[in-house]
Amino acid sequence: MSRTIVCDGNEAAAWGVALSRPDMVAVYPITPQSSLAEYISQFVADGIINADLMDVEGEHSVLSVLHGACLAGARTFTASCGQGLAFMFEPYFRTPPLRLPIVMSIVTRDGITPQCVWGGQQDAMTVREVGWVHMYCETAQEIMDTVVMAYRIAEHREVMLPVNVNHDGNYLSYCVEKVEIPDQEEVDDFLGEKNTNWHVALDPDRPMGVDPLTGGAGGPGPALFVRYRKGQCKGMQTALRVITEVHEEWGKRFGRYYAPLVEEYRLDDAEYAIVTIGSMAGAGKDAVDLARESGEKVGLIKIKTFRPFPLKVLRQSLSKVKAIGVVDRSVSFGWNSGPVYQELLSTLYFLDERIPTVSFIGGLAGADITIEHFTRVIETTAVALRGKEFAEPIWLNEND
Amino acid sequence: MYEIRLHGRGGQGAVLASKILAKALVEEGKSVKAIPSFGFERRGAPVAAFLRFDDKEIRQTTNIYHPDCIICLDPTLPRAVDIFSGMNLNGIWVQSTKKSLDQIQVPETVSKVGLCDAFGIARNIFGRIITNSIMLGAFAKTTDIVSLDSLSKGMESVAFRDAALEKNIQALQHGYDETKVFDVNKQEAL
Repeated sequence: MSRTIVCDGNEAAAWGVALSRPDMVAVYPITPQSSLAEYISQFVADGIINADLMDVEGEHSVLSVLHGACLAGARTFTASCGQGLAFMFEPYFRTPPLRLPIVMSIVTRDGITPQCVWGGQQDAMTVREVGWVHMYCETAQEIMDTVVMAYRIAEHREVMLPVNVNHDGNYLSYCVEKVEIPDQEEVDDFLGEKNTNWHVALDPDRPMGVDPLTGGAGGPGPALFVRYRKGQCKGMQTALRVITEVHEEWGKRFGRYYAPLVEEYRLDDAEYAIVTIGSMAGAGKDAVDLARESGEKVGLIKIKTFRPFPLKVLRQSLSKVKAIGVVDRSVSFGWNSGPVYQELLSTLYFLDERIPTVSFIGGLAGADITIEHFTRVIETTAVALRGKEFAEPIWLNEND
Repeated sequence: MYEIRLHGRGGQGAVLASKILAKALVEEGKSVKAIPSFGFERRGAPVAAFLRFDDKEIRQTTNIYHPDCIICLDPTLPRAVDIFSGMNLNGIWVQSTKKSLDQIQVPETVSKVGLCDAFGIARNIFGRIITNSIMLGAFAKTTDIVSLDSLSKGMESVAFRDAALEKNIQALQHGYDETKVFDVNKQEAL
């Protein structure tokens, strides 16, 4: 039978891990991920998780250990963020081409310098182009559910890619709310057979070469390298379909339906929309309701899956509106805007008509994005709809 | 929607209290989101925690700027921090203090005050000035929002075991019993 607990986002993630029955977990603590690592080690100590817990000396080793474990057939989990993720980068980049279905929570944290230990999506956004699947959650319940779903997605035979389940540091990691934990047997049935290494295996009885030398300008090298990269891209594109199927099945089995790629809120008759990602969406929806009460025809688009980029469904959503305001929780330094905003501009290329856009950046380094902030976002986007151009991003917490 | 802000000093358990209260309110069928403020965590430094509850689903995951109720775990804190910042009219103030009503200054926004000598109780029960469980009892007495039974269940499932649980349930009861509640400044909402 399912049961109800009250816990924060980090504990919800740990319960998602427990339900997924990993064989090996390796972690190194870093704020605001630390309590997630602590919950997992508590669960291992209490026998709730029957896994080997490797307490290694840093994040580079964390992921390297999991590479070995995964190649040997283990289901694996880790969590990190911020500087930890930075230190992990070398094995992080190698995980997708090795096609290792590792699941990792990024408890998103802003980048230093200047010093800061608080939330922001700069870490996850900075590694968006490395080939991991990236999904962003909105509530503690969604975190738990998505961690479990992540294994089905990662281990799908046609995907075989690592998955990051991202949740906002502070605002989700420490936010306490009701979470329903499903029955273990039903989750076992949902997850089915573990599938981590059908393609490569560390097996002394069947030795095989893994990670061959490729590339160069002649011989079989270049073709082999291209095969790797094309394979990764194909896996990512297939993941779009698999993510959708897995979310649908989760909804059917457990009664909780989430928009797998992109959620539309009051969009069908909207003139313009705001675009959000992560925990800010709740305040965004409340602000949309308020604006609707005063007659504004505004809707909201929430991105759950950012990698692979859900171009087709997003194009469909954008085709319904005549202006958008995009709220980012991180910075694209190269473009003087937010990274989600940049990707929305790319999406707009596929529409027949060019529509006005505004880039908003808020919630950096633990700052709050409130209903009042979103009301400003909506009002400004309405101004853009009427023709005013906004060449510069608007920094929501600049004068807080 | 009802919004509560808990003030305390690092080590007094404000964040844990918000978690226990969240559990108790969920037990009573409410939708709850509780979230700690983010500061430089260290023992003795002012900390705050936010909790909002409602009969319908709460979507916003944000801090609280206009609380209906303030719970303050430390008697010296009102001198150091503006605990009433942004408070709504006809608010409820639950304060840890051994002072009586005529010895404290009640701001105009407050219409109900609950006073509890939580330090005194804590010294007797724990030998240390950990006031969170006591002040949850004081909150229950002052507001009638949540039952002691639900708070005990919250303590059991969220925080404490065995001897610690027993002591904290004792602290909760003492906090409830020894809190004095006063109606003040009754005003019509604007």
